[in-house]
Amino acid sequence: MAAHLSYGRVNLNILREVARKDLREFLDKCAGSKAIVWDEYLTGPFGLIAQYSLLKEHEVEKMFTLKSGRVPPADVKNIIFFVRPRLELMDIIAENVFSEDKLQSSRDFHILFVPRRSVLCEQRLKEQGVLASFINIDEYILDLIPYDGDLLSMEYESAFRECYLENDQTSLYHTAKGLINLQALYGTIPQIYGKGECARHVANMMLRMKREFAGSQNQILPVFDTLLLLDRNVDLLTPLATQLTYEGLIDEIYGITNGYVKLPPEKFAQKKQGEASKDLPTEPKKLQLNSAEELYAEIRDKNFNAVGAALSKKAKIISAAFEGRHNAKTVGEIKQFVSQLPHMQAARSSLANHTSIAELIKDITSMCHLASEAFFDNLTVEQEFMTGVETDKVNPYIEDCIAQKDPLIKILRLVCMQSVCNNGLKQKVFDYYKREILQTYGYEHILTLNNLEKASLLKPQTSSRNNYPTIRKTLKLWLEDANEQNPNDISYVYSGYAPLSVRLTQVLARPGWRSIEEVLKMLPGPHFEERQQLPAGLHKKRQQGENRTTLVFFLGGVTYAEIAALRFLSQMEDSGMEYIIATTKLLNGTTWIKSLMDRPESQIS
Amino acid sequence: MMKSKADEEDYWNSSKFKAFTFDDEDDEFSTLKESKRTVNSIRCLVEEDDDKEEVEKVSWNGEPVSSNSWSVSETAASNQRAEREPAFPKINTVTISKSHSGYSLSSLFKGETDGKVSLTGSSVLMMSSCCDQDYVSDWSPEETVHRMQQGKVVSLEKFRSLQDKLLLLDSCVAAHDGNVITAVLIYLKRTLSKEVLFRELEPRQTALSHLIHYLTETRDQRLLLELYTCLTCFCFQLLQYKEHLSIADENKRRDFLKSCLSLPFSPEDSSHVQDHYTLMERQVIIETTDRRAERGEKVERALILNMPLITTLSYCCLYHYSESEGTFSSPLNIRQTFKISEKQFFVTALGARAKLKAWSDVDALFTSRNWLGFTRKKSPLGFQRVVDILQKNSAPTQVLQDYVALVDDAELRITLAQKHKCHDIVINTYRDLKDRQQLLGYRGKVERGSGEERKIDELLNNLVRRGHHVTCHHVTCHHVTCLM
Repeated sequence: MAAHLSYGRVNLNILREVARKDLREFLDKCAGSKAIVWDEYLTGPFGLIAQYSLLKEHEVEKMFTLKSGRVPPADVKNIIFFVRPRLELMDIIAENVFSEDKLQSSRDFHILFVPRRSVLCEQRLKEQGVLASFINIDEYILDLIPYDGDLLSMEYESAFRECYLENDQTSLYHTAKGLINLQALYGTIPQIYGKGECARHVANMMLRMKREFAGSQNQILPVFDTLLLLDRNVDLLTPLATQLTYEGLIDEIYGITNGYVKLPPEKFAQKKQGEASKDLPTEPKKLQLNSAEELYAEIRDKNFNAVGAALSKKAKIISAAFEGRHNAKTVGEIKQFVSQLPHMQAARSSLANHTSIAELIKDITSMCHLASEAFFDNLTVEQEFMTGVETDKVNPYIEDCIAQKDPLIKILRLVCMQSVCNNGLKQKVFDYYKREILQTYGYEHILTLNNLEKASLLKPQTSSRNNYPTIRKTLKLWLEDANEQNPNDISYVYSGYAPLSVRLTQVLARPGWRSIEEVLKMLPGPHFEERQQLPAGLHKKRQQGENRTTLVFFLGGVTYAEIAALRFLSQMEDSGMEYIIATTKLLNGTTWIKSLMDRPESQIS
Repeated sequence: MMKSKADEEDYWNSSKFKAFTFDDEDDEFSTLKESKRTVNSIRCLVEEDDDKEEVEKVSWNGEPVSSNSWSVSETAASNQRAEREPAFPKINTVTISKSHSGYSLSSLFKGETDGKVSLTGSSVLMMSSCCDQDYVSDWSPEETVHRMQQGKVVSLEKFRSLQDKLLLLDSCVAAHDGNVITAVLIYLKRTLSKEVLFRELEPRQTALSHLIHYLTETRDQRLLLELYTCLTCFCFQLLQYKEHLSIADENKRRDFLKSCLSLPFSPEDSSHVQDHYTLMERQVIIETTDRRAERGEKVERALILNMPLITTLSYCCLYHYSESEGTFSSPLNIRQTFKISEKQFFVTALGARAKLKAWSDVDALFTSRNWLGFTRKKSPLGFQRVVDILQKNSAPTQVLQDYVALVDDAELRITLAQKHKCHDIVINTYRDLKDRQQLLGYRGKVERGSGEERKIDELLNNLVRRGHHVTCHHVTCHHVTCLM
């Protein structure tokens, strides 16, 4: 089921197994039949750990989503609430419990807090007078969820907002805890590098927590050589740019949540032989996207311009394989052919799916379609900004987009990008955008603009010096004529722009950060290096040519294109480094900006 | 006044120190008894409904401070400052109060027998009760925070002095655990006066954010408002303004916005909030008037309440276009009041008048007279966009072609003209470009036997006669990336 998690350099399936074991143990604590009431937010992340079958094996018979009012009737002995520790959810739980009592039933209540118990929440339950109704109150430590063979995510959407807007660094505490747990399974990571305030905090907490456990030495041979902690606010630019890898574009256009994407169904209509054209399905097509699917693993990180060729190559291989049946003459050969059929058929349906997805994306991105004009104009402006063209003036395209009432998030992405690429906008330009946005989209968005300003995404220029060009040149963030088909540099993921975060990672591996001290000083937050002592005997004896492994932790989120760039670095023959990626949340410019908005739902129109 | 305060500080400082230096059992015992008496008197005064046990075990619980204790603190408001200040000089006695909590306790009571103690009602209760508890321990702020993170029972009552409390607060902020920070804040909120709490939190932004978050979650609007009013930095007032989003009734919402106007916003935010209020005020007036007038009408107008400014302007351009500048609903008045840019005003008015097919109004928007009295068409935005807007409002070809003809760039003009079937413009442009091949090609696109066809034929003949070289124009593509 989750074999793809163990294919990578580091077997992340261990982590998943531990999580599953803990879950089973908790479920068995509540003896008898059960119903789970879900905090809806958690169902996605849990889906990455356990399917319904696991729950069913442990007598979970019903599942509900947490809603105010009454828990729907179910003939079970236990009602278990799976919730995040949030005060507002406690009120709903209390309401559920109260309504239940009126029914005179004898169901047992339990709470499982994810990822941690909270005294405050329990106190709230006590105030509401329901704390005593719970037989079990437990916590389920689900910090780092294995997302793919080389990817861990905390699925903590509000982490960036909490850290940079609300001064709430609880997510960093969870991060440090998660890393400590990770070290318990994969050994102490001897070297820690970091850049940014949050990175510093996490490293400090890790070191302190480690000291507190000083009594028990970790006897596991370290799997990771290095941990690199990166603050998202060190690189605010990258998520604002439109990702141009296959997976990145799927996420930009349709949104990938917890490894699933929902697509318009028209292109997936099954045309079976002999059947008249059926009615088109109306339900969106839901697909799981991960490296368990061979073809997807192959094409997900390619620039979209290279996907067409890859798909047609694959199509040839598959049809050749099917042709093989004509060559199968002997019984043995036929038998062998038949045994391969399931695999071939899976490959064929996978090819069909991705051809359809590629078509959908092409309709939106390709130049020959009228509808895609907007996509291209947008991309052109982005690339102008990233190369530093006229970032100090009001951009006419943005102006037109506002006049046309294009979606606010699109406007904000562009304006923020201009601001970041200009190290803040000129006061006049800043005021102009601000006024236009407020007048067109509503004054209440002053809240959102204020948030963006707090996060340094959209701000007036404070110093006359714009250091973005220096950063761009030193780190070679822009490469003309990026090779999209056969890339030789990470800049292929944005067709020219090399993500700053990944460039920092690359330079750290070789030749080291000392070579870019000047630029590091221009980026926000401290940069640092720490060492964790290993017990004697655990020092790795490296084979000649053996790759080192770095865990790159993006505090505040990471995009699919950045992940693609890191995978590209892992695969480069002479890089000598393999990367495992961890993050608080997978994001793109739209979901990111949305998480920083106040009342984002009001502007969807 | 200031001097007397300072004197009092001195007194507190020295008296405190004395209590420590002269370690006298009896003395301590007697003051304790005295304190018990005080406590008892406070209890009936405050009528705290906190039960004793709860206060002991989870003194940092999430219970909102009972309104009783607040009202008491308010009556004592005039004394608060003088009374709170003494906690400050304790800086150099921190370690003392930590290891000898009994002494600081006694000294604390010494000064409070005059009845000013009422504010600390709940904390005193805790102290009195924890005196005979054996689990009282001497954890440092760091250790306490650590134990809280592990979910162990701790008593916060031993952090009595302001200084101790702040040390505790700072160490939990350093631990980055939101739950612990909130728990400590709840304790501080119970045991400190609002003024002191707010003052101390102001330089501690992280803790301040947590308190605001907590008050928002617990919907303690009253205290939040007091807090926002107290703060001198501009960072949080918008959070109060944000509350308007949750008010459904338009009149209440408007009044709430009005109440926000007095908050200390940054000058810039202040003008936006002011505009928001003005807009809302107008929307209510316009809506009320129009509803009344509308009763006879068949078509229901769209609602404008809570709509953005530009949408409101568009509404006024639809229904109140020719009103004089004096009325609230006149587009010109709105433009003036909110300083709408020329471009925005133009786009909005154009869209609205085109929607109503009021082509003469559209025409009038562009017309400007030069000093010779000639009229010519001028526009603050490109004519391409003008055509775009008109076309979206299904303007007829006759109207469209007037504006297509004004597009400066020849290539663009041809593209637009072809798109909107303005044959004359296409033909004339090719003629001007002397592009025979394109003309020939275009001949196939016009109706056979039509005037356009004849015109093309005529031109072609002319062009041949003149024998001009034919140039071919390619549409260049500026896109940096070519996808697939």
